[in-house]
Amino acid sequence: MKVTLKIFRYNPETDKKPHYDRFVVEAEATDRILDLLESIKNYQDGTLSYRRSCAHGICGSDAMRINGVNRLACKALVKDVGNKVTVEPILGLPVEKDLIVDMEPFFDHYRSVMPYFVGGEENPKKEQMQSPEDRERFDDTTKCILCAACTTSCPSFWASGEYIGPSAMVNAHRFIFDSRDQAAAERLKILNDQYGVYRCHTIFNCTDACPREIQITKAIGELKKAIVTARLD
Amino acid sequence: MKTHQYEVLIVGAGGAGLMAALYASRSASTAVLSKLYPTRSHTGTAQGGVGAALGNLEEDRPEWHTFDSVKGSDYLGDQDAIEFMCEAAPQVIYELEHMGLPFSRNPDGTIAQRPFGGHTNNVTGKPVTRACYAADRTGHMILQTLYQQCIKNKVTFFDEFHVVDLITVNGSVAGVVALELATGEMHVFHAKAVIFATGGHGRVWDVTSNAYAYTGDGVAITLRRGVPAEDMEFFQFHPTGIYRLGILITEGVRGEGGVLINDKGERFMERYAPKVKDLASRDVISRAMYLEMQEGRGVGGKRYLYLDVRPETVNKYAALDNRTRPDGSPFRVTGEEILAKLPDIIDFCHVYLGVDPVTQPMPVQQTAHYAMGGIPTNVHAEVYLDEKGAIMPGLYAAGEVACVSVHGANRLGTNSLLDIVVFGKEAGLRAAEFSGGASFQPLPGDAADFAREQFARLRDGSGTEKAADIAREMKTVMDDHVGVFRVKDGMQQALDKIRLLKERYKEVRAGDQGSAFNTDMLNIWELSNLLDLAEVTTVSALAREESRGGHARDDFPQRDDKKWLKHTMAWMREGDVKLRYKPVTITKYQPKERVY
Repeated sequence: MKVTLKIFRYNPETDKKPHYDRFVVEAEATDRILDLLESIKNYQDGTLSYRRSCAHGICGSDAMRINGVNRLACKALVKDVGNKVTVEPILGLPVEKDLIVDMEPFFDHYRSVMPYFVGGEENPKKEQMQSPEDRERFDDTTKCILCAACTTSCPSFWASGEYIGPSAMVNAHRFIFDSRDQAAAERLKILNDQYGVYRCHTIFNCTDACPREIQITKAIGELKKAIVTARLD
Repeated sequence: MKTHQYEVLIVGAGGAGLMAALYASRSASTAVLSKLYPTRSHTGTAQGGVGAALGNLEEDRPEWHTFDSVKGSDYLGDQDAIEFMCEAAPQVIYELEHMGLPFSRNPDGTIAQRPFGGHTNNVTGKPVTRACYAADRTGHMILQTLYQQCIKNKVTFFDEFHVVDLITVNGSVAGVVALELATGEMHVFHAKAVIFATGGHGRVWDVTSNAYAYTGDGVAITLRRGVPAEDMEFFQFHPTGIYRLGILITEGVRGEGGVLINDKGERFMERYAPKVKDLASRDVISRAMYLEMQEGRGVGGKRYLYLDVRPETVNKYAALDNRTRPDGSPFRVTGEEILAKLPDIIDFCHVYLGVDPVTQPMPVQQTAHYAMGGIPTNVHAEVYLDEKGAIMPGLYAAGEVACVSVHGANRLGTNSLLDIVVFGKEAGLRAAEFSGGASFQPLPGDAADFAREQFARLRDGSGTEKAADIAREMKTVMDDHVGVFRVKDGMQQALDKIRLLKERYKEVRAGDQGSAFNTDMLNIWELSNLLDLAEVTTVSALAREESRGGHARDDFPQRDDKKWLKHTMAWMREGDVKLRYKPVTITKYQPKERVY
């Protein structure tokens, strides 16, 4: 079948303003949108720029807006999005070229929540014990691939880039609810801020956008509760 | 042109690079250069587990792990290196756990382990639970954990800096040249030690589990600087890739009891590996699948077979095999257990195939997966310059880009993740130690010229050829003739074709002539790496007139230890590939026939 793609274009070296280009490609229903972008780049316009690597939804490189919804281009199939496809960069981060955005503000927020394990020994002779139930407690938030689909789907983040956003909170949650970790209180203090948990208005866009199906709004709810009750249930 | 100076530079930010960074940065000024954001690295896609004889569920020993790996390597692995890795394994797994890695857990709270192909109890010969796992996301957890620890330890990163050349002076390392993706600017990084941890090159083939980024940059760059490449003819074709897409379906599926089924509904592996059947080593299974399909037993006559992990199938064959849990109870699974242990696999099948593995079998075919060969190193990750053991001071390699050789002719599942953490750490420690006692080599004035020249050609090419056509033709010919089974004539055809493609490559012109985020130019440059590695692979494979591990020849079907128990060393010189050979290190285990 023929698929028509309308793609957001901006080249910082030649364009004053962004515009859209149209491309028509021959595709199969099971092709990924990433396959179509590759075909355009290879045979129609080598300047089309985007990030990609693993091409099966694990590396988190290719989050973009596909027909107005944040998706990974490698997990969105033609049969799921139709034969008229609009592709745009994710919102709320500065566009650098075409579908490539500046990820640094996103990673700055990530780094701000102490996204690392605190505890453990230097030269251990044995693992730290953890029950399967305790491991299960934070399993959902270990799945994050830092693709930014959630954070850039959040109206609160669009309103203020100072808001640390859902992804950073997912990564804080991953450690706060890990029974082995020893810095939950410090992280909760970081999140207990006007640009922390309180900016979340339970809109659920993040949960819908997550290509890993993490229950993000629920995780943020658990963080809010932990801050209010000063307990980790 | 910007110049930077660090004692230790690490090229690549996957598991090996990040592990090296954590250890090198403790005592040396260190920077990591990566063409991707670190968390995009291919380590993240590894699924089933990391091997270590923890013995959490049943008796296991590092020496059994060592022997299994030697046997798995078809006796081409260097036994000192394999022993070093398997002995170091338990300690490094505990270190990762103490860095916070969220392993799945056994009921008693210890790290969960599952069986994997080729890993056995050396007394009973039965599969042993050795693969430490975090569901089917073990690589993701390793990559995330190591990156998190790098943030904690304030490691310096240059993200989206694509290293394109190695600078050497007086036979020693002086640094690297990198292209900054955002600006297109060339940077020179002056260093005492450089660690290559750039991963593999599966993109040489068409059907592959490998990321777009897996273009063999490290081996190609060092080959151009006179460093040899070792055992390049040995490339692993994983038995279970998603039909046509090549996306990996972990061997953990078979560890959890899944079986391979042909068009007639037969569990054919019992004919090829009567003892361990579907948990034979990957090369053995890939060849069996090839033969099944050759003989017309692909599903519906097509080039795929079924991987079946439906609970009724698993339970049926587990009962036939008298398979028991380590505690002695009969092995039985439910749909919920499959879902909990293999969530990502199930998601891939839903998204890309519209198949639910709990109720339907998965269509699979072999997929180009892992480079056993690469930059030759010793156990300390120091890079060899020749077959006699000369090393280049300051140059290190670790992970898939390196050939230690711990995988020999065929890698066992779970040993790649183990390799990256063990040798990444070793490389980091050794490079830091080296730089403590070394001084910076003077930087040559023309340090970036060779890199500039390569990119200038891509800007100024005639444009009569398209890079994408050349890439497609290379992948097809490599799939057809330098794949699971090989013969002389086919490989010669492939070699002639690749050399022709290398000529045609000179006419390519980048469609993007700009500077900012010129991924077009970089993709085309990566293709030059793939072409070089395709050529070296094919020349090495043509010369090796035997079948061993991942290198199976129809015209030389037997392993030939008299003539070929040796490592290939390949150099690129004056547009040609020159081969020499180096002996295999044998310590405890004399080669014998390999039966599963």
